[in-house]
Amino acid sequence: MSSRVRIALKAAIWIASLWPLGTLVRGYFTDDLGANPIDYITRTLGLTALVLLLSSLGMTPLRVLFRWSWPIQVRRLLGLLAFFYVCLHFAVWIGLDHFFAWRRMWEDILKRPYITVGVLALVLLIPLAATSTSGMIKRLGGANWRLLHKLAYVIGGLGVLHFLWLAKKGRTTPYYYAITLAVLLGVRLWEWLRKRATVASLAPRGGEGARARD
Amino acid sequence: MLIKRAADRMLRGDDIASREITDHGVYLNRRAFMTGVAALALAPWSREAEAQGNLQPLPATKNSAYQVQEALTSYKSITTYNNFYEFGTDKGDPAAYGASLKTRPWTVKVDGLCAKPKTFDIEELLKFPLEERVYRLRCVEAWSMVIPWIGFPLSELIKRVEPTGQAKYVEFTTLVNPEMFPGQKRGIFGFSLDWPYTEGLRLDEAMHPLTLMTVGLYGQVLPNQNGAPLRVVVPWKYGFKSGKSIVRIRLTSDEPKTSWNRAAPSEYGFYSNVNPDVSHPRWSQATERRIGELKRRDTLMFNGYADQVASLYAGMDLKKFY
Repeated sequence: MSSRVRIALKAAIWIASLWPLGTLVRGYFTDDLGANPIDYITRTLGLTALVLLLSSLGMTPLRVLFRWSWPIQVRRLLGLLAFFYVCLHFAVWIGLDHFFAWRRMWEDILKRPYITVGVLALVLLIPLAATSTSGMIKRLGGANWRLLHKLAYVIGGLGVLHFLWLAKKGRTTPYYYAITLAVLLGVRLWEWLRKRATVASLAPRGGEGARARD
Repeated sequence: MLIKRAADRMLRGDDIASREITDHGVYLNRRAFMTGVAALALAPWSREAEAQGNLQPLPATKNSAYQVQEALTSYKSITTYNNFYEFGTDKGDPAAYGASLKTRPWTVKVDGLCAKPKTFDIEELLKFPLEERVYRLRCVEAWSMVIPWIGFPLSELIKRVEPTGQAKYVEFTTLVNPEMFPGQKRGIFGFSLDWPYTEGLRLDEAMHPLTLMTVGLYGQVLPNQNGAPLRVVVPWKYGFKSGKSIVRIRLTSDEPKTSWNRAAPSEYGFYSNVNPDVSHPRWSQATERRIGELKRRDTLMFNGYADQVASLYAGMDLKKFY
């Protein structure tokens, strides 16, 4: 991919992912955030965070399925934008929704499972965001870095659980996100099994015997 | 002047002493006088409602004993932010799809354990003496509104059918018609509430003077998204207890099954009284967001109607009977 195409792709991602934030800012000034603006803002930020998180988890499957190389070049950007939205989502919960009522928020974190998993997802995202620079990848070493960033799967799961558990019965949207996550992780599992089989078939003793021994 | 004096006399729900609750005879006399000034009294908020479009004014007499002295929630918020799953699970669905509900012809069957069961035509019910009351509405999702409803005490309707001694509960049934209520069609995942939506009250709760059979709001005929043509309003309970678009009211001896209780028994009990000390499993009920306000406010016991209704639950463990 030429650098011009890559720049255009990244610009498109920036614009698309900042669009929801833009609509919230515009809605604030045009008084167009509905009857319960804080709830609307919280939900919009949370949903955008989840979409970006699943998008970043979707890049490796795109490479696997279509043999493209560009998805890996935008994965970090998508992950950092997801972290940005998670932080805004959390900040609105603290500052606008609860007005810094720390004791009540702490009780909610302990008592309400959907909040517990949401806060856990945020906490787990911090080391990933902090080690997202090329310098940090070098310092950690590729293998360690890749192992650490496998946490993204856990965070994706926690994000979807957070959405499933907060939704009232009868709401179907969270299930679409759960299915999407399952597909994205499923592609990885399929690729992993395929690679393992290939490695086994290439092993010195080869063939069915090696596979059976696994 | 008249309006101002009425405003000075406004009482909070939790301030209403029994002496303030008007005797029915006196009320009827006052009504004769008030009918003339009703249009005047309704003027300030009718204008806001009318600005929203094609609406039908509904004359009613202001009942000064039931006026919450807090800022009214805007007509726009009351009619665009609704939980009414018959139209869809999104808060905007009822306003978006409300037009598909046809409210004429409409009848309400009142039967069960009573001497004179009867099917009432909606036009007949609209001839009951209509009064306007400003109530708080507290949703189980921890938001609230202040709404000027128009209606008549449910007790007036129940008395007409003469409940028998065995009648202990009242069951309310909402219309089932997937053509009019798109939310009643089965979704992809197949789970929504079981239709019809049913709700219930103990007979003494249903006969309580606060319990209102409601046909209008903001001086206008009740909009479809708010439960037209008639709904129940039980201001000391979470909003879902107040059934909408009612087609049947049945007197029973056993506690009726209620829709949200069937859907999630650990989350929604039969009583569902507003209670800041009993949490919903997924959120605290200690505070609420009043629609239109920024900061949360503390939730009041029985939604601020404790003086009127606490005695109904004397001796009951409200954590157990949530």
